[in-house]
Amino acid sequence: MKYDRPLLILVFVFILAGCTGRGSSSENPSEQIKTIENKGSDTIVNLALAWAEEYQVIDPSVRLSVTGGGSGTGIAALINGTVDIANASRKMKEEERQTAIENGSDPVEFVIARDAIAVIVNLENPVDHLTLQQISDIYSGAIDNWQEVGGEDRPIVRLSRETNSGTHVYFLEEVIRLGDSDNKTLFSQNTLLLPSSEGIGAEIKQNPNAIGYDGLGYVTDEMKVIGVASSDEDLFIFPSAKTVNSGRYPIARDLYMYTNGEPDGFIKEYLDWIRSSDAQEIVTELGFVPIIK
Amino acid sequence: MMSKYNAGIDPKPPKREFLITALIKAAGYSAIIFVGMIFLFLVLESLPALREVKLSNLLSSRWYPIEDYYGVLPLIGGSLIITIGATLIALPFGVGTAIYLSEIAPRWLRETLKPIVEILGGLPSVVLGFLGMLVLSPYLRIWLDLPTGLSALAGAILLGGIAIPTVVSISEDALDAVPKSYRDASLAMGATEWQTIWRVTLPAARSGVLTAAMLGIGRAIGETMAVMMVTGNAPILPTGIRDLFSPVRTMTATIAAEMGEVANNSTHYHVLFLIGIILFLISLVVNVTASAVVFRQKKSQERILS
Repeated sequence: MKYDRPLLILVFVFILAGCTGRGSSSENPSEQIKTIENKGSDTIVNLALAWAEEYQVIDPSVRLSVTGGGSGTGIAALINGTVDIANASRKMKEEERQTAIENGSDPVEFVIARDAIAVIVNLENPVDHLTLQQISDIYSGAIDNWQEVGGEDRPIVRLSRETNSGTHVYFLEEVIRLGDSDNKTLFSQNTLLLPSSEGIGAEIKQNPNAIGYDGLGYVTDEMKVIGVASSDEDLFIFPSAKTVNSGRYPIARDLYMYTNGEPDGFIKEYLDWIRSSDAQEIVTELGFVPIIK
Repeated sequence: MMSKYNAGIDPKPPKREFLITALIKAAGYSAIIFVGMIFLFLVLESLPALREVKLSNLLSSRWYPIEDYYGVLPLIGGSLIITIGATLIALPFGVGTAIYLSEIAPRWLRETLKPIVEILGGLPSVVLGFLGMLVLSPYLRIWLDLPTGLSALAGAILLGGIAIPTVVSISEDALDAVPKSYRDASLAMGATEWQTIWRVTLPAARSGVLTAAMLGIGRAIGETMAVMMVTGNAPILPTGIRDLFSPVRTMTATIAAEMGEVANNSTHYHVLFLIGIILFLISLVVNVTASAVVFRQKKSQERILS
């Protein structure tokens, strides 16, 4: 994760924030510098950075620092009281809520955008559509060769994000277990757990055996997106803002921000702005799906 | 005896010296105290794991902490297979380079090459990891026709590369310290240059070369970032030499990838500390073995010389 590009951008934002902050405080010493610490999901980090940059223009008195690390990391930080807003690409787990209450905090949830999870393969792979059941069988280890799903005679190499990623948890619950909470299927043991989206992208680009999944915002032209059908009778749908909002693409989820208790003051203003149509335009630009149409 | 030489000098050191001695003593002991405290901290943080997780779970071969599977064997196996692989690469190359530098290369070449090797040792492992991910592993997949190049082998090659500068630097120093008279005697008795190196110089520098090997192993087993980027991190228990070509997950990568996410004092948190203890113990064993070997060598050398 140390080599993440977002981290570089983050440093840049820090410097920017530092400059504007110092500028305004010297002009108007009575004005208090307001800081918002924002941490969590790597899926959301680019979006959160874009929002932070834009918000710097709207309200220069607020300093935002944005870091990634994974949804679990962000929620843990919110519970430990080191951040003001946690980003999560999954809902908070019951145990996490319990721990939070024990530690005297009361997490409040905000849906800030939606995201489609694209299933991706190498450009050379002839397979271009799969059913949810087939994807589940591939990741659980029941299908081990591309031939079984209409591809070439090649072994399947499964790629996944690390277990601290909200995308990983969502994929486990909604795709591998097909949304059935009694289903205890796990990722096949030889699934490669890569520490970053860049790691998955790099492997998909050069390995025709590989299959991976990631937020739609991370998909580039050098990978092939798979059309997904909920069942054998359904049509194969490719992920896009349209198919997500109409509910036809089956692997889509809400993205969240959590605050400690009902937010007020400048944190509330920021969250209100994020859910405004101006901020939601940035969502579309980055390949995510806005919550308002 | 001593009083004869100390005549006229106050046997008690002055106060100022007492202060300095105490400070130096404290500095000396502090290292031991720190290691002790670190160990104590690790033990205290990891003990609850043994209470919260069944032993049969800890010794199973499945590591999937978010569903309470805490089998640490695949992680230990992953670290070991990569370390052994790295040692098999680093030792011949490292010692070979050291022999060339110290015994064969002309002086000017040696004085250019050694600093370069040492700079190589200072390369950040993330940079090597990046190269491994983007260059080494794709080629490994094509050359060896593997399903994926992100494998134990890629990790071993990278770690071997990381350990080589350490091995070269220390064993070259050891070879250099062998008295010239040894070589002269051997050559005078009609031995060839190769026989001299293999039968006289290298055995004489054995303890230094062993230390180099141990330090190289220590460097390899503790390495995190590069390994995390090229080994694929799939927790599969390696059972034989064939598993060198499949992905593995090491103890260090597990701690690095998962420590940020865990809530304080959760079971997962305690188990990660338990893995920390296992790592600590392994490097302790490596270090103790190294110093024991060196110590025994010194003793036997003294016997021969006396």
